[in-house]
Amino acid sequence: MTEHTETILDASAVERTLRRMAGEIVEANGGTDNLVIVGIQRRGVQLAGRIVALIKASDGVEVPRGALDITLYRDDLQTIGPRPVVGSTQLPGEIDGSNIVIVDDVLFTGRTIRAALDELADFGRPSRIKLAVLIDRGGRELPIQPDIVGKKVDARPSDRVDVQVDELDGRSAVVLVSKRFE
Amino acid sequence: MTRPVLLTGGRVLDPSQGTDMVADVLLSDGTVQAVGRDIGRPDDAVVVDCAGLIVSPGFIDVHCHLREPGRADVETIASGARAAAAGGFTAVCAMPNTDPVIDNPAAVGFVVRQGLRAGAARVYPIGAISVGQRGEALAEFGEMVDSGAIAVSDDGKPVVSAQLMRTALEYARTFGIPVIDHCEDPTLAAGGAMNEGVVSARLGLKGIPDEAEEIMAIRDILLARLTRGHVHLAHMSTKGSVELIRWGKDRGINVTAEVCPHHLSLTEEAVEGYDTNAKMNPPLRTAEDVAMLREAVRDGTIDLVATDHAPHHYDEKEREFQNAPNGIVGLETALSVVVDSLVVPGHIDFGTLVQRMSCSPARLFGLPGGSLRAGTPADVTIFDPARRWTVDPTKFLSKGRNTPYAGMTLTGRTIHTVVGGEIVYSLDERREGK
Amino acid sequence: MTPPAPLGKDLLGLEPLSGEQIRLILDTAEPFKEISERAIKKVPTLRGSTVVNLFFENSTRTRISFEFAEKRLSADTVNVSSGGSSVAKGETLVDTARNLEAMRIDMVVIRHGASGAAKFLAERIESNVINAGDGTHEHPTQGLLDLLTLRDHFKRIEGLRVCICGDVLHSRVARSNIWGLRKLGAEVAVCGPRSLLPSAIDEMGVTVFSRIEDAIEWSDALNILRLQLERMTAGYIPSLREYNKVFGVTRERLERAPRDVLILHPGPMNRGVEIDSDVADGPHSVILPQVTNGVAVRMAVLYLLSGGKPELAEAAKTGKA
Repeated sequence: MTEHTETILDASAVERTLRRMAGEIVEANGGTDNLVIVGIQRRGVQLAGRIVALIKASDGVEVPRGALDITLYRDDLQTIGPRPVVGSTQLPGEIDGSNIVIVDDVLFTGRTIRAALDELADFGRPSRIKLAVLIDRGGRELPIQPDIVGKKVDARPSDRVDVQVDELDGRSAVVLVSKRFE
Repeated sequence: MTRPVLLTGGRVLDPSQGTDMVADVLLSDGTVQAVGRDIGRPDDAVVVDCAGLIVSPGFIDVHCHLREPGRADVETIASGARAAAAGGFTAVCAMPNTDPVIDNPAAVGFVVRQGLRAGAARVYPIGAISVGQRGEALAEFGEMVDSGAIAVSDDGKPVVSAQLMRTALEYARTFGIPVIDHCEDPTLAAGGAMNEGVVSARLGLKGIPDEAEEIMAIRDILLARLTRGHVHLAHMSTKGSVELIRWGKDRGINVTAEVCPHHLSLTEEAVEGYDTNAKMNPPLRTAEDVAMLREAVRDGTIDLVATDHAPHHYDEKEREFQNAPNGIVGLETALSVVVDSLVVPGHIDFGTLVQRMSCSPARLFGLPGGSLRAGTPADVTIFDPARRWTVDPTKFLSKGRNTPYAGMTLTGRTIHTVVGGEIVYSLDERREGK
Repeated sequence: MTPPAPLGKDLLGLEPLSGEQIRLILDTAEPFKEISERAIKKVPTLRGSTVVNLFFENSTRTRISFEFAEKRLSADTVNVSSGGSSVAKGETLVDTARNLEAMRIDMVVIRHGASGAAKFLAERIESNVINAGDGTHEHPTQGLLDLLTLRDHFKRIEGLRVCICGDVLHSRVARSNIWGLRKLGAEVAVCGPRSLLPSAIDEMGVTVFSRIEDAIEWSDALNILRLQLERMTAGYIPSLREYNKVFGVTRERLERAPRDVLILHPGPMNRGVEIDSDVADGPHSVILPQVTNGVAVRMAVLYLLSGGKPELAEAAKTGKA
């Protein structure tokens, strides 16, 4: 059994994809009014930052952004062993009546997004919430679907789909790590 | 009539006669008949092979708590006497802080009778200094001695009043008995749970400073000088006390002193983790104190080793440290702890050990035994000086299990104990799993 | 993402922890501070867990702080207090332990008058045990919130000069602070009458100041301990008035200091004894932030100790998104 790494999106492909996603987000919102981009810790936060910058470049508006750490809302806290580190959560002001777009790197089982929805509900009542993910790898365990997708990837349950960002990994890419019999 | 007993081939170690040789010992009619190489063997003698073992005058513990009357759930005179025999003791002196206190001839007689019924180690009662050990009025020393008391003490508590201590020392001279004091200034020691020092500061436990013991020790030594009485200082624990005893003895004052095995082997570090089996009074002190006490046993400043055997019920010790009672058992581990702490590292030899555990207690307290001279009572300890064993409190003959030595492997073990020519204890090899 | 050094089953004190573990708790407390600023001050993290607050000694502030922490994590809390006057007997603690075990309580927060009581309980039950103050031994969550408050202000602990003022002899807060500060590299001093300092204080790695003026001149921060009336009646000091005159932290004394000295106090304060009101309410006092941090630190401790079962971690490791 060896690990086989395949690059699905390189840096420029990631950039193109994010630009398209940023455009779709603004289009789906009918502009930038009331738009709030909320990234899920950790890499979703970096992607959210890039999307906000892309919207600024194309529409000239700095859309409010926030970060959401969902660790304390996970549904598997009783079984995962030692406590995971809790990242920071910061939302820009009151979210009542706003149009939130949750940004995450990889959508898989849907449980992270479920936790994020619960957490946002504890902050207030947005007008609507949409979901934008860079990668949708299928394998849903809950009825959660993305509104904006960067790329769909076919991955087996034993595969890993890793999104790498400059700030944390030193490069921008999406890789598929699979185990093969050699 | 018991059969004669012939102990063959052991190393006969009797400091009272300067004997140290491989020889046989013949006991009959309750006394030592002869010690030598060609004694001859009576036909009906019980022969005990003592090859590789040391044969010495029986050990005498001048300080133990047998809890009866009053707390037979924790220890009885019988279970204590049997535990003593298992530890190699042919005689123990029982402290009077029972319930009721042994402060009258009837109570003294009760202890004597219970001891005889036990049929193990001899039990000599110690009577109280003051009625009820309340530190107010003298108990009737004369009556108690008549009934069998061999000393007086208010142990468990100090004699707070110097005037009372003075009177006790003077009055005791009439009967030729020592006055044993538990040296502790009650105001300095009040509420203390362990030695005062850096460990107590870390653990957040109130400490008992060395001076709480030393202040009373020097007081008693000075009163002994004043009265020319015999004061015996119980369970000494500090280097300062050793210096004070030396000061007193240098001046010819009639002060004698004892130390417990645990103060020769453990320090305050044993309290880490709030182990109540390391809680006793006086407390375990520092390595410096241990070193000084060992030296004092070597040079005789400390005259003898006593156990301060203090059994407690499991439930009583199973509580928060500061609320647990003071005391640990010691009869069945004393020999081994002394061998491990003093003989093995080379501080003393076995001759000195026998001195401190047999000859001196007998001589200083005027008790029979302490010698294998022909005609002395046949109280003999036969022990294996090199045997290694692991302490298992569940196998103790004492009802008490409260020992800090549980699970430790020690050197030296009693194999047989003979009292009045009768073998009252033999190590059960099957129980040992051999 | 798993933390470097788990805390083990219990939090009994700061002395057994490493600097790394203490930092972990402080770092974990940061996100919990934010939760207390939300409109809904609640996260579902400990939903379904039962926490018992076992207080053998009266303490409103600490118990309420723990209760807030527990409730904000959605745990179910049960308060058990005992009499309040005399020290509870040992049997009660042993039997209490067994009963808690039988009821399958998840966590116990215990405050008791005997040093070592928290460890005594922890050794006998499987539940997590948090020491909320045992005798004069340790009060680890107080030590932690003091550290967090210092770190908030100074952005570091290493090299900080912190002086603990008052009755160190009888103070579990002092001990926890000494261990915590030293493990994180601070320089620690104490200041108080010698009769209220442990005789072995010189062996505990702290500087000893006999005069409060010297302590103030040296310090970046003072942690001022409450002086209890009982100390006077027990004869350790002649009077509270003299204590204030000689050791009181007053505005005049602070003004003569070469730098702004941060003021901490575990509370409740004896205004006019160990600390004057204008100091307690003054610009350099962080006494109220200490209280806020207290809830966050306790949430962090509850969160970290309530770790799940590692044997189920393998089964759950099939990828998350």
